[in-house]
Amino acid sequence: MYAVNFLILAALLFAIGVFGVIARRNAVMVLMSIELILNSVNLNLIAFAMMNNSPEGHVFALYVIAVAAAEVGVGLAMVLMIYRNRRSIALDELSVMKG
Amino acid sequence: MLAATLSTGWFLENAWLIPLVPAIGFLFIIFFGKKMPQNGSEIGIVSIGISLAIAIGATFQWIDRVNSASGGGEHTATGFFGTLRAIFPSATETGEHAASFVEPVVKSWTWWQSGGLEFGLGQHIDGLSIMLLLLVTFISFLVQIYSTEYVSGDRRYTHFFASLTLFSAGMLVMVLAENMLQLILGWEIMGLCSFMLIGHWWEEEANSRAALKAFFTVRVGDVGLLVGTAIIFFGANDWAVEHGSNGFSIRGISAWALSGEASQSVLFWGGVALFIASIGKSGQFPLHTWLPDAMAGPTPVSSLLHSSTMVVAGVFLVARLYPVFFVGFDILDTSVNFITIIGGITIIVAAALAFVQDDIKKVLAYSTVSQLGYMMLGLGVGAWLPAVFHIFTHAFFKCALFLGAGSISHSGSHHSFDMKKDMGGLAKKMPITAATWMVSTAALCGIPFFSGFFSKDEIIDNASHNGYQFFYYLALVGAFMTPAYMTRATYLTFFGKPRGAAAGEHHDDGHDDAHGGAHADHDDHHGDAHDDHGAHDDHGAHHGPHESPWRITAPLIVLSILAIGSGYLNAPAFGTHYFTDWVEPVGVEVALDDGYDYASSEDEHASVVLAAVQAEETDGYSSEAKGCGFADPADGTVCYAPKLSHATFSWSKAMPSIILVFAGILFSAWVCMGIYGDRKNPLVGLTSKFAPARWVHTLLVNKYYLDHLYEKIIVFAFAHPIAKAAYWVNQNILDGIVDSVGRGGRATGEWVYRNVDQRVVDGAVNASGLAASEGGHALQPVQSGKVNQYGALLFGAATVGAIVLILVNI
Amino acid sequence: MSSLFAADVNIAQNVGFYIIAAIMLFGALRVVTGRNVVHAALWLVVVLGGVASQYLLAAAEFVAISQVMVYIGAVMVLFLFGIMLTRATIGEESDLNNKNWSIGIPVALLLAGTLVWVIVDQYGGEVLTSPEEPMSTTAISDVFLREGLVPFLALSFVLLAAAIGAIVLARKD
Repeated sequence: MYAVNFLILAALLFAIGVFGVIARRNAVMVLMSIELILNSVNLNLIAFAMMNNSPEGHVFALYVIAVAAAEVGVGLAMVLMIYRNRRSIALDELSVMKG
Repeated sequence: MLAATLSTGWFLENAWLIPLVPAIGFLFIIFFGKKMPQNGSEIGIVSIGISLAIAIGATFQWIDRVNSASGGGEHTATGFFGTLRAIFPSATETGEHAASFVEPVVKSWTWWQSGGLEFGLGQHIDGLSIMLLLLVTFISFLVQIYSTEYVSGDRRYTHFFASLTLFSAGMLVMVLAENMLQLILGWEIMGLCSFMLIGHWWEEEANSRAALKAFFTVRVGDVGLLVGTAIIFFGANDWAVEHGSNGFSIRGISAWALSGEASQSVLFWGGVALFIASIGKSGQFPLHTWLPDAMAGPTPVSSLLHSSTMVVAGVFLVARLYPVFFVGFDILDTSVNFITIIGGITIIVAAALAFVQDDIKKVLAYSTVSQLGYMMLGLGVGAWLPAVFHIFTHAFFKCALFLGAGSISHSGSHHSFDMKKDMGGLAKKMPITAATWMVSTAALCGIPFFSGFFSKDEIIDNASHNGYQFFYYLALVGAFMTPAYMTRATYLTFFGKPRGAAAGEHHDDGHDDAHGGAHADHDDHHGDAHDDHGAHDDHGAHHGPHESPWRITAPLIVLSILAIGSGYLNAPAFGTHYFTDWVEPVGVEVALDDGYDYASSEDEHASVVLAAVQAEETDGYSSEAKGCGFADPADGTVCYAPKLSHATFSWSKAMPSIILVFAGILFSAWVCMGIYGDRKNPLVGLTSKFAPARWVHTLLVNKYYLDHLYEKIIVFAFAHPIAKAAYWVNQNILDGIVDSVGRGGRATGEWVYRNVDQRVVDGAVNASGLAASEGGHALQPVQSGKVNQYGALLFGAATVGAIVLILVNI
Repeated sequence: MSSLFAADVNIAQNVGFYIIAAIMLFGALRVVTGRNVVHAALWLVVVLGGVASQYLLAAAEFVAISQVMVYIGAVMVLFLFGIMLTRATIGEESDLNNKNWSIGIPVALLLAGTLVWVIVDQYGGEVLTSPEEPMSTTAISDVFLREGLVPFLALSFVLLAAAIGAIVLARKD
């Protein structure tokens, strides 16, 4: 297999995720786009681990998975609270920094 | 021949405890201070006291060490004074005796490691550090005692002592820093404490502004410190590692700078950057504006931080890394350099400003700036030792002056520092304060036989000796101005008629002038803005001036005694140069010990710095004529300090400055009496209304007409024509000259204050603020608060940055 | 890029990779462009599953299993809950995108172009030798519990803090 395969796939996933973060209005959708970005990074880590034949890339990928899980948990809790307070999770309406 | 084994001792080996004790004391004050019976001040005093004791012990052991180096094993005299007698009689003949290298007591422990670099904490004890350790602990100790009275009853009493103690710890960390990082650590701790203490009474906006101004102005210089350290590190590291040290170590840097292998441009730019840090910290000319504003802090703070210790940190930095500046700026090879220019300008500008201040603390602040200019000038003209000695003497008398000003405000003028409004005639009411003030003023002015004379005159003398003629004259002008403005301040404070609070009036709008001059918002903080105010009301039953309690006067007395005595440590007029022997690093080549075991350098007792063995005898050595700093050291040897020569003292060379000092005092006193003496007083007009009073008054004014008898009848016949002519000359010519000079001087001072200080310097500061503000406005639309837009900017900018990186690296 | 059928390239593995990659990219595009929130979440499942299978192709078994369990099992359920708790409508929506969502297109294209160019420039034509056997879980755990022990513990605290934080944030008082 070519080394570039994984890397290019990851790059494209990353770009798509960035597009989602920029374009989406719904906070949950933005969180999903962030998941795409994190997964593309994981793909890279695994690819590099395979190139170097070392377990460290795997370990890092697992770290990222754990952090991503925490991030989704907290992120969704915040979204829920915002929704409860404002009846909306449209990000462009959340431009004032006070409650 | 090799010198005898250097003596050492417990105090020298454990000098690192000196900053550690106050640091621990600080923690105790913060956590337990409020529960203590004295609200934490006792912890501060005890911890500083312990440090002082260690510092004194270390000082004596250092003196022993110096003696053991220069005296070889020959002297058998026991005890400190016996040792002195054994050595000095022979040395006083020439003034330049053969001194031997005294190995500093250096220790280092690894603080942290990164990328193969070790960053150490340690101690570097040589004469300079010993001197400052003793000075800082001693003055801190006195100021803390003084503060227990001065700020008693303050709402943040405990925090005040905590900050004061932490400040001392920071300064001490810096003073015995073994490497540049430790120096930066102490430097920054001081900056922080300075901010906290200037803004101690932050409820008043002017005070917190002053604190911010001080902090940010000094930060501007601190950037220079970081940049300079980095430049020097990258220049020195390779060489220093080769020689068993590293690019942060002070000894490594010193040796590298003098090794002849250092690049001149690296040294120059590193020196410029480091000197900018000194300009900020020591209030030199373009960045001096913070120092007078810093007087908004409590007076003990002004005394400790902003006159005698912290502000000399910049001077200390230059003195500590002197080889870098010496080689980088070509000191002694050129007739002008960066340091002398800044120092010279500072002397004159600050002294001129001191003439037009009404706030007594601001007079002293400008005086401090001016004196720091002298120290810088001294370093710039190659007079290392006189400059350091001036740090030493200046600390005592300036501390005494500030504490005296505090004593006046505390007990004499009802918390006002305004000399014109609230002082005058205090000499009788506050005899101890007045006497100590006079002594310290005499020392500051440089009147012979007071300490300031011995240090300042040495700087002036060496400026001429080392070929800096222009700065010699500049320093002489400063020597004239110093006594002139101090006489004005003394006259306004202690002589003449009492005014305002000094006369017992309790008027309401003069209280807070000293604390930043916030005239607009006086009415709302009488009760609470100044906590010392509340304390005053406790003993407010007797309004009007009175002498301060012993906790204020005792430090004053001690300091004023030292203001006289400290000068005799190095009074060439009397053939003493103890200070030179103990403090000055000897610029001789030192052999590196090839057998040094670098591997064991991480042991507790081995230093990681250059391991120099004993001094190599330099008699008859080929480079003797040139010496360190002028010729590269021979293979296998290094230099730690340039070999400097001293001007030999003679009274005839000192005469110009002595004459100028007295001229300044007399001239200023004369002008002051003319301007301030005939102010309105309650007795004016009394004599014209009440006939018997008029007769008595006339009689007294005319000294019972005895003079008339002598003059009119005896002298008239032949002396009158001469007297008349002399009188005419006096009135029309001399007065005219003196008057116009006086007016011109005053106008210059005011002009400088208004235009240079307030417009140019402040204007530059304001302009940069304005630029930042406008830039902020221009970028405001970007800050829409929309998350998606932020995301687009973030990723867009990252991409563009990545593309730039790629293009650069192709 | 050289031929797909070069001698030292495992053809079956490569073909499998391309098929899965195509599905993943399509799914990812649907996630960020679709008009239905629930559908987007389900497309995300496809992408995440695709990532898991790519891990298997890259001989990363343990990570693949973790991916399935954590992402598809837990994270996706969270997402679906989040969608349901914050939006009553399950059907199509017209205003899922920002007003100026089109900024995202140039940024994403620029980013993708830069990354691809850099990757091809650096690794173009380099062939990976497939490992003989998958990375053993023992090797991973060795790293985790020796060099990586401190980060591992720190991460545990992060997860704990996140769990507590999420509860505190989301609960109704």
